[in-house]
Amino acid sequence: MSDDIKHEWPLFEVFVRAKRGLNHVHVGSLRAADHEMALHHARDLYTRRNEGVSIWVVRSDDVVSSGPDDKDAFFAPSGDKVYRHPTYYSIPDSVPHI
Amino acid sequence: MDGAQVFEETIAKDQRVEPRDWMPEGYRKTMIRQIAQHAHSEIIGMQPEGAWITRAPSLRRKAILLAKVQDEAGHGLYLYSAAETLGADRGDLTRRLIEGRQKYSSIFNYPTLTFADVGVIGWLVDGAAICNQVPLCRSSYGPYARAMIRICKEESFHQRQGYELLATMMRGTAAQREMVQDATNRWWWPSLMMFGPPDKDSPNSAQSMAWKIKRHSNDDLRQRFVDMSVPQAEALGVTLPDPALRWNAERDHYDFGEIDWDEFKRVIAGSGPMNAERLAHRRRADEDGAWVREAAAAHAAKRAGAPA
Ligand SMILES: [Fe+2]
Ligand SMILES: [Fe+2]
Repeated sequence: MSDDIKHEWPLFEVFVRAKRGLNHVHVGSLRAADHEMALHHARDLYTRRNEGVSIWVVRSDDVVSSGPDDKDAFFAPSGDKVYRHPTYYSIPDSVPHI
Repeated sequence: MDGAQVFEETIAKDQRVEPRDWMPEGYRKTMIRQIAQHAHSEIIGMQPEGAWITRAPSLRRKAILLAKVQDEAGHGLYLYSAAETLGADRGDLTRRLIEGRQKYSSIFNYPTLTFADVGVIGWLVDGAAICNQVPLCRSSYGPYARAMIRICKEESFHQRQGYELLATMMRGTAAQREMVQDATNRWWWPSLMMFGPPDKDSPNSAQSMAWKIKRHSNDDLRQRFVDMSVPQAEALGVTLPDPALRWNAERDHYDFGEIDWDEFKRVIAGSGPMNAERLAHRRRADEDGAWVREAAAAHAAKRAGAPA
């Protein structure tokens, strides 16, 4: 039996574009021997009811992400930059279309 | 704030815990166990109905049943995928299932004797699963909740095709009506057991509720299922096999009879009518597929230029 090969297939993350005009969105993961098989499995697993018009697969170990501990270093600096939002600016109500 | 505080706050605010967040070891263990058990149930759950695919009475019923069983495979895979976000390994979970070290729902240890069983499984077993699963769409662990949303969207077809199948048989011959009644008699009580032991004997429930993994108690969900099923049985024209079943205007619920918890325990412990066969079948499928998985891995390695 396959005692020695427990991790025979790598893990892939799957992204599906639901329809034209929308971004690909992460839907889950699956195991496959290679990218081609990952695409076919993703088709069978995540688009059985016309959920998509296009699929991306990415090997999970190729994904680099920010971690919960980086949260402040990454996202806190934008917290105090209120001037990046349109509501920061006061414009008289009488001025149209702005 | 440290990880534990963030976790507590996330739960208190009804937000979702995500894979890389700090979580208590007990939460991770409970989540892995619950998700794995759920995934195993979907996978083993293909067998009772799968047995009828080649014997479905029409091409229409065969196509429907094939799609339904394929969905259950999909549900299993969504859930294994969620378990992997917690550091579990899919191959390892399958091994634990095959070796009997992890459980699956007791319901799948009963045999499917006639084609009416296919209908009753859709109606009652998928119906009970829906009752259980809808609140899990708000479970505190993000990947599990998202998998449940996907699953719930697909379950409605499962229940409706089963009910429609039964309604069709009820319009048929007396023998067909008898088959539907017989299947209902056999599946009703095991379906009620799907909600798990009574609250007073369910020691882990309180912690799961506190962590918002679970949203309702076993007994609450079971009552909800009974209340939903009675009018459906009436519309179908079958009798639910419980003489104690009657409307209680004071409680605003149906009262129902005592569940045979000894039977439940026996089946969970491995002595149900089909336990051995279900596991043997799963083991065989794993062994028969081993050379395919190995060949595919070798082929992929060769094409990638690495030594196989
Ligand atoms: Fe399912
Ligand atoms: Fe189902």
